[in-house]
Amino acid sequence: MKPVNNRAWFLVLPVLVLVAFSAVIPLMTVVNYSVQDTFGDNEFFWNGIYWFDDLLHSERMWQALGRQILFSAIVLAIEVPLGVFIALHMSKKGAWASACLVVMALPLLIPFNVVGTIWQIFGRPDIGLLGHTLASLGLDYNYTRDILDAWVTIVVMDVWHWTSLIALLAYAGLRSIPDAYYQAAKIDQASRWAVFRYIELPKMRGVLVIAILLRFMDSFMIYTEPFVVTGGGPGNATTFLSIDLVKMALGQFDLGPAAAFSIMYFLVILLVSWAFYTVMTNLDREEGPR
Amino acid sequence: MARITLENIAHAYRPNPQGEADYALKELDYDWTDGEAYALLGASGCGKTTLLNIISGLIRPSRGRILFDGQDVTDAPTAERNIAQVFQFPVVYDTLTVRDNLAFPLRNRGLPAAQVAARVQAVARMLGLEDMLSRRARGLTADAKQKISLGRGMVRQDVNAILFDEPLTVIDPHMKWELRTQLKSLHREFGHTMIYVTHDQTEALTFANRVVVMHEGRVVQIGTPQELFERPAHTFVGYFIGSPGMNLIPARIEGDRAHLPGGTIPLGRGYAGLSGPVEIGVRPEFARLSDAEGLPVTIRRVEDVGRHRIVRADLGGTPISILADEDEPLGPDRTRVVFDSDRVGVYADGWRVEGRP
Repeated sequence: MKPVNNRAWFLVLPVLVLVAFSAVIPLMTVVNYSVQDTFGDNEFFWNGIYWFDDLLHSERMWQALGRQILFSAIVLAIEVPLGVFIALHMSKKGAWASACLVVMALPLLIPFNVVGTIWQIFGRPDIGLLGHTLASLGLDYNYTRDILDAWVTIVVMDVWHWTSLIALLAYAGLRSIPDAYYQAAKIDQASRWAVFRYIELPKMRGVLVIAILLRFMDSFMIYTEPFVVTGGGPGNATTFLSIDLVKMALGQFDLGPAAAFSIMYFLVILLVSWAFYTVMTNLDREEGPR
Repeated sequence: MARITLENIAHAYRPNPQGEADYALKELDYDWTDGEAYALLGASGCGKTTLLNIISGLIRPSRGRILFDGQDVTDAPTAERNIAQVFQFPVVYDTLTVRDNLAFPLRNRGLPAAQVAARVQAVARMLGLEDMLSRRARGLTADAKQKISLGRGMVRQDVNAILFDEPLTVIDPHMKWELRTQLKSLHREFGHTMIYVTHDQTEALTFANRVVVMHEGRVVQIGTPQELFERPAHTFVGYFIGSPGMNLIPARIEGDRAHLPGGTIPLGRGYAGLSGPVEIGVRPEFARLSDAEGLPVTIRRVEDVGRHRIVRADLGGTPISILADEDEPLGPDRTRVVFDSDRVGVYADGWRVEGRP
């Protein structure tokens, strides 16, 4: 038998410690809260899966989840094609290429709550550039009162903030395509659409999977911007999962339900991301060697 | 298929070229015969890819005209020239099957489906791709992908010329030989005009009927492999083609005699009025060692390459190579070199000078 030396495990130790403190311990704290109840004074009582059960029957949670899914779906449906479209039309070289990159990267550099503030002011019918312009055109636009207006504002804001990310990633994918492919396409008399469909799209696929995954996770966790703009209103119309969670955890200080909520929220994102990733990579494999 | 005429073609990558040096491709006038297999041979950066891109229409030449069958196509885009090109790295449409890859150029040209299917089948048979027609192109080996690239050109019956830009670069060595042979037999069978860019002399000499040797943007010689070997028009050709390349020895020529370091040798022909630095060129194949006649040399080392030996020697400061048979005796008494006087060429300023008998 070969001699076994387990000392190499010590090399993994720093990572384990880091991950423990950054992820495992905080998460376990939440797990701990989720199965207990408290009436203050730091006294906790075992509560089993009551909070989870309660949450699964909570209309409020299901509605927030529905809004969240709708929001992510709308945002992805707009940002992905738009980002790819922009990437296809960005300059490939020269000073314009750099200019395009800087302009595209700008929204990504702005802190989230500043983005919220910008749009909050931008959309105000009394002093906001957008709101006032629309109002003077005779449009009854008011994101604090009208549900549709609130949704439109938040979706447009997210598109403004994040389309750049997709565009930049898609652009990187496009730039990695060797010139020979375009030359071959010319020789084959491929149409613009065929070039996109059979050369650009397949080559962008890798980065697009990452881009969509990132945008899905981010949009599913969105908090700051809608919180600043609408505060979840009017009514509960833009109360997404994270906004609801914060209300529950910090507003009402319901530690137990909020902890249960957090865990389920986390599991949903994990599950959807995993499913998404698996589907995308399986599609990839199907097209590979058989 | 077409005859391709280059009329005073020259190309500079920078605008407003001033002198010769600005041109990546120096002026060139040549007729590419229909149905011939050509190789463009030269070191990296010698302008061979530029020339290829001018023919394919990816580059518009700064000067001159290019004609296909007498028709001016200088300003015609690639798509209208009806040529095919195989690139250095295999270009295939990854997500499509081999069949769809081959059908792609025909479908884009709006051919009826039945005709497309028939052509694809025919080309797949020519290239030996029949077994993999319904596989996706993505997972195939590099040589199969290069065959698909070639097939996308051959599938068009009226293709004017097939251009190859160092197509075997990424192919495994043992497949290289096979593909080259296959290309050669495809050419023999179907008679496409083929232009093959390479820096590998073996590829060029085995593939082409005529080899175009380029050096620093200039075409230095166009000829059959035999002509290039026997009568290199430029010292570069002599040096670049052959393994090892031609020996070049500085010389002073007087009539039909050449004065070299260490002695004088007879030349088969007489020369007069040479200008610039003068050298004689003689291939290692036409030099032999001797114990009595010839010029004294210092032997540095002997390389045994299997079917013969290469003797590296020094002739008055100039390194030369001599080919010796495996069974030829080598010894401390055999330190003189004899050149076959019919095979000695004279080069003035790099270019071959033809002497008078």
